[in-house]
Amino acid sequence: MAAPVFKNAVVRWIDHRLPVFSYLHHEAYEYPTPKNLNYWWNFGSLAGFMLVVMIVTGLILAMQYTAHVDHAFNSVERIMRDVNWGWMLRYLHMNGASMFFVVVYIHIFRGLYFGSYKAPRELLWQLGVLIYLLMMATAFMGYVLPWGQMSFWGATVITNLFSAIPWIGNDIVTLLWGGFSVDNPTLNRLFVLHFLLPFVILAVVVVHIMALHRFGSNNPLGIDTKGPQDTIPFHPYYTVKDTFGLGIFMLFYVFWAFFAPNALGDPANYIPANPLSTPEHIVPEWYYLPFYAILRSIPDKLTGVIAMGASILILFFLPWLDRSPVRAGTFRPVFKWFFWILVFDCVILMFCGKNPPESYWMPFSLELVDADTFTERVAEIRSIPHDQALNAVGDMWGVNSAAGSFGIKIVRLGQLGTIYYFAYFLIILPLLSVFETPRQVPLSISKPVLGGGKAMAHATAKSMEKA
Amino acid sequence: MSARRIVLGLFTILTGIAALLIVLASPTPHATVKTQSWGFNGFFGSFDQAQLKRGFQIYKDVCSGCHSMSLMHYRDLERIGFSEDEVKSIAAEVQVQDGPNDAGDMYDRPGKPSDPFKAPFPNEQAARASNNGALPPDLTLIAKSRAGSGFTGYDGADYIYSLMTGYEETPPADFKLGANMHYNHAFKGHQIAMPPPLSDGAVTYADGTEATLDQEARDVATFLTWTAEGNLETRHKTGIKAILFLVIFTLLAYATKRRVWADVH
Repeated sequence: MAAPVFKNAVVRWIDHRLPVFSYLHHEAYEYPTPKNLNYWWNFGSLAGFMLVVMIVTGLILAMQYTAHVDHAFNSVERIMRDVNWGWMLRYLHMNGASMFFVVVYIHIFRGLYFGSYKAPRELLWQLGVLIYLLMMATAFMGYVLPWGQMSFWGATVITNLFSAIPWIGNDIVTLLWGGFSVDNPTLNRLFVLHFLLPFVILAVVVVHIMALHRFGSNNPLGIDTKGPQDTIPFHPYYTVKDTFGLGIFMLFYVFWAFFAPNALGDPANYIPANPLSTPEHIVPEWYYLPFYAILRSIPDKLTGVIAMGASILILFFLPWLDRSPVRAGTFRPVFKWFFWILVFDCVILMFCGKNPPESYWMPFSLELVDADTFTERVAEIRSIPHDQALNAVGDMWGVNSAAGSFGIKIVRLGQLGTIYYFAYFLIILPLLSVFETPRQVPLSISKPVLGGGKAMAHATAKSMEKA
Repeated sequence: MSARRIVLGLFTILTGIAALLIVLASPTPHATVKTQSWGFNGFFGSFDQAQLKRGFQIYKDVCSGCHSMSLMHYRDLERIGFSEDEVKSIAAEVQVQDGPNDAGDMYDRPGKPSDPFKAPFPNEQAARASNNGALPPDLTLIAKSRAGSGFTGYDGADYIYSLMTGYEETPPADFKLGANMHYNHAFKGHQIAMPPPLSDGAVTYADGTEATLDQEARDVATFLTWTAEGNLETRHKTGIKAILFLVIFTLLAYATKRRVWADVH
């Protein structure tokens, strides 16, 4: 495309020597974007927006925060009570983390459904997974900073995971802690890293966008753009669409931050950290729950940690696990079902991560009861003595059904969920690539508009997605 | 719309609903927390100043004998309707250690509005020694730290109200109560070291309100919600403004979007 002629002389002068304006014009203005993107494609820019919100609010919070075990809790409360608008900054930051994950999860699942990870966008996808990993690390460190009970015990549990590594595990943990327990040096280094990592994320986001702009956005049909008739310039079409989406999203964000600011957090984090008193249930933030469930569903610590790590690392290999030439799930009649089951499975895993593994879920009465209560129920319903009921419950591999009662142990449910999660990537997707017959993919994005003849002419150029 | 799409759509919706129901299924609680309706809840929720004053009176006359409130300052009381002079005299009721003075000595002086609420015990050990080994928790954030978890969880105020009204003189026949413990059905494990702090007529309200147990429990629960979340009213008002702004912003953005996209098929 021809370089634009800028009206402003200063802009022209600068652009001649340093073509930033030409660059922006090329990448953010005329950047050709498929014209059929639906609202699921809003979440990339929303994620970028949330990153900026988090960096700005976080920067101001850091000016008031004290990273010391004796002062951290009270310094956060001071921000909440005495700093002008400090409560708002903190609630926006705290709930912003959750919103960031909501947006990124939708962004990821959109990629999974529409095959955005497939050639030629493999690197783009992998950079995205890297950003997600960095986000998880950053969010974990941020959660530690208020130095409440969940901060402290969450930090203890997560850092202890590294001790599962054979031979060098304990040394790594000592290194992470900067001592022999989670203490002041730990808090200090987590604060430093929490400050640093968002800027690393920002750098990877830039590379992510560079990779995106190489081939442009995927689209709901999952087919390549065939020429100018399939695309529209990014500005004003997608800038205005993203702005509208931003408004809707902000309403959602504002609701949480101003009207339910603590609903997504754990109440125990308003109790100052106490190394001598362990909370009854140590539960991570909601966005880690599926992975926590995978970790807990395997009794062996090292295997559990490996499974948890693998559940994310597997995404790096996704472009080669799913060999189906059709990108969009819309044209894959069987894939669709497995995809939605995966979404459901992640919700189940979340549920399992949230609740005590030894408890029983009774889906028909929508209850979650502990093992003792469940045994009592079984004894009552079957009219058998308590010890017999205990055996019955033990025998049934965690699943127990009797007249009017059906219960499954949370850890077993988590195991089933974990099996499906890995099966989806390692078995279902590779097999579907071979056995599924996709529906006919449209020849081009503009085909329905241009009519048969013209569309055929455009489609002859390249049609790898129909192979 | 083909039958296939309808089936798939229905499946998606049902899956969503099922997922929601699963997440909402919460552990059956061991203790009973009775949820109440509170004036400070909801989009326009705000505190009743007279109630906050009554709640403060309960804290001052009853709770503060054992419980500290380390993050509150006497000056904060001006925000619930005490005048500057009233706050000064409330603060002056306590003796605060200050110093060192020019001679290097610590000295006691009457409290000032800028002082934090005076703690009843100098340290944790002293607090435990006076309370049969139990530590009365700091009350500043109690309403936030004792709330039920999750979006569907109960308020901290519900918990405080339930705890205040949950004492039973005689525990169930098969219940083993420890020495110096009290039976309370709202407390986890049902035995609590704190003796029943409130009862009918436990305080005489300055504003003449009849001091029933229910009234006292409500007042102190509201006051403790205020100490934990003193910016609640500003937060609600700011949130409403933000929502109004965003609704207009979003409508304008939508109109602009429609117009810009009108020529794209």
